Amino acid sequence: MSAELWGLVLATFVACVVEMVEATTIVMAMGFTRGWRSTLAGVGAAIGVLALVTALAGYALTTWLPASALQLIIGTLLLIFGLQWLRKAILRSSHRKAIHDEDAIYRDEVEAARAAESTSGQWDMFAFIVSFKGVLLEGMEVVFIVLTFGLNAHNIPAASAAAAAAIVVVLIVAIAVRRPLSMINENLLKYGVALLLSSFGTFWAVEGLGIFRAGGGSIEWPGGDLAILVLIAVWFILSRAYVIVLRERAPRPQPATTVKG
Amino acid sequence: MKYLKSFGSFWYDFIIGDDWKIAVAVVLALSFTVVLLTTTSLDDHVVAVLGGAAVVIAFAISLAIDVRGNRQ
Repeated sequence: MSAELWGLVLATFVACVVEMVEATTIVMAMGFTRGWRSTLAGVGAAIGVLALVTALAGYALTTWLPASALQLIIGTLLLIFGLQWLRKAILRSSHRKAIHDEDAIYRDEVEAARAAESTSGQWDMFAFIVSFKGVLLEGMEVVFIVLTFGLNAHNIPAASAAAAAAIVVVLIVAIAVRRPLSMINENLLKYGVALLLSSFGTFWAVEGLGIFRAGGGSIEWPGGDLAILVLIAVWFILSRAYVIVLRERAPRPQPATTVKG
Repeated sequence: MKYLKSFGSFWYDFIIGDDWKIAVAVVLALSFTVVLLTTTSLDDHVVAVLGGAAVVIAFAISLAIDVRGNRQ
């Protein structure tokens, strides 16, 4: 497999694990508190919408946009998205932002589920809406990553397979442990994904700028795909340097709270 | 109208997120690279490396401004 394909599969898999862990917390809170019937209906509806969005957006983007425009638009979006995650990872590692805590989020969701009006029939609209929204919002980020990586690497099937594998792995673990997956170091995973998204985003966005010159051909990086490895190293060194400097100046560690994202 | 607003808000959160300065930094860095590409006769490899460096430097500056602004 090429460096690009490895990056595609790895980034999609890990990003999907992160988002699935967050969605699973919400779904488990609803399922155990309000019942599984409406909760699972909400999950199914959200997965259906996500599949439809992936198919429609994938078709529209590949049909209507030239290759370098696709690289530029998708690379730029991926870069902005990746750098947001990298910023959060740097701030969390240097104790300037609260750590994402699935146990605390689970407790909040359970409390909200218990406080909501109970339903007398079999259909529970609250559980349906909350699980639908939770899976849809977290899943949208996965759809975005699958589409961006898949389209730019010309391999949507590989990206989709990596995402599906992540869903299966998280589901198996969630069913086995029957509690929020707080044992997974989500913050570390997010940091890793941020490095990959930022590196691939930089690579593709700069490549796609070739659309502004005569002929519109993509800009070539020295070393081709291997430049992605250099970019990963550069983003890693920059982020570690920031963490070291910010840790020295950090006032005090922040306790874990129910911070989202 | 409500759904349109929610849709817009979702994409705003998705792209701009917690810190709008990152999006601005990326756009400025890429604009600088376009200027290099269209006004000079630099080789592709040089433009790519300078473009990548511009993105890294722009992010570093935006984060420095962010951290300074939120100093506790």
